[in-house]
Amino acid sequence: MRPVRRSYDEATARGRIDGLLDAGTFREFCGPTARRSSPHLPALGLPVSFDDGVVVGEGRLDGRPVLIGSQEGGFMGGSVGEVHGAKLTGLLERGLDVEPAAVVLLLDSGGVRLQEANAGLIAMGEIQRAVFRVRAAGVPVIAAIGGRNGCYGGMSIVARSCDWIVVSEQGRLSISGPEVIEAVEGIEEFDAQDRALVWRTMGGKHRRLLGEVDALVENSIEAFRMAVIGWLEQPRPLDLAAVEAEHARLEARLRRFAECRDGLDVWRDLGVERPEEIPELDADAFNAVVASMEERDR
Amino acid sequence: MDHLEFEFEGRGHSPRRGHALVGVVGSGNLEVLLEHAELGGNCSAVVDTSIRGFDSLWERVLADFVDRHRLADVRISVNDGGATPAVVTLRLDQAAAEIREEQS
Repeated sequence: MRPVRRSYDEATARGRIDGLLDAGTFREFCGPTARRSSPHLPALGLPVSFDDGVVVGEGRLDGRPVLIGSQEGGFMGGSVGEVHGAKLTGLLERGLDVEPAAVVLLLDSGGVRLQEANAGLIAMGEIQRAVFRVRAAGVPVIAAIGGRNGCYGGMSIVARSCDWIVVSEQGRLSISGPEVIEAVEGIEEFDAQDRALVWRTMGGKHRRLLGEVDALVENSIEAFRMAVIGWLEQPRPLDLAAVEAEHARLEARLRRFAECRDGLDVWRDLGVERPEEIPELDADAFNAVVASMEERDR
Repeated sequence: MDHLEFEFEGRGHSPRRGHALVGVVGSGNLEVLLEHAELGGNCSAVVDTSIRGFDSLWERVLADFVDRHRLADVRISVNDGGATPAVVTLRLDQAAAEIREEQS
């Protein structure tokens, strides 16, 4: 019998960890019974969550030890408050002590929790600094993005600070969300109600074609698991030469696509043969397109 | 916000697992945490809810829950984002089913 495919985007933060790790190996740090909830939300008359919307702990993946954090998008949009951020920072810093095969971050977040704005902003800096410290120690940090909230704001910066990123088509990755861009720049610049446009400019396929993420998988926990396993114990170089090469790549990209108004324009410019068909392709067909382009550019 | 605390007379069975957590705090949803606690065979409940003024309804829903599942020595903790009584009952039942499972 074919095993049941479990949807990644419909699973809770805990369900994603359970499905991703080897069965029964997860051990949570600061779990719900510790009641490390937000000290700020009650003052604003808002309900708290026992885990402040993030689950952190350790377990095994393909038999190898990993640290893993998972944001709960259903609680305040996966937003990062003071406690939420401290749990992620602590998880990453533990990576310096135990040197796991990877630190895995299952991101599903709109960014800083605005009700805890200053504490949340500081937390973002702390998380990012911790990512780089872990990477400097040679432990790969892997981000997975496939939840309803995508990965926005400060968390998008954290994601792009990681060694590897796996997305599904449902996942979106961008600094500013559609509504923010529309509010700041006007509807002529960006129509946040145009969902197809949102996916063509921020969605997983667009990010994969631009080379900002390393793998696109179907919306199943098993597919995410296989992608993450492939990167265990595989850190990317993090030195001055790597950073300068990345800056040069981004500068060239900005110049090349400066006149593009839509993801479609970018894909056409990249040499995708039938760009208008990209949104309709399933993960396998899409990855075949990416592979043929990489073959051509080699 | 309302902070409510209740005590209920226990109905027999101490749970097998240490704790169970179900649900997510969101609009119209809630999280329920059940924990095994030494309460002399009784049950206690703490509810933090964004909706004010439903003390007696919470008390009746929780008393019915303790009664139906014949719980004892269980601490019930609820963070509520304005769930309806039907959703509250569903989450409570899910949590009770989980805490009754054998420890894995």
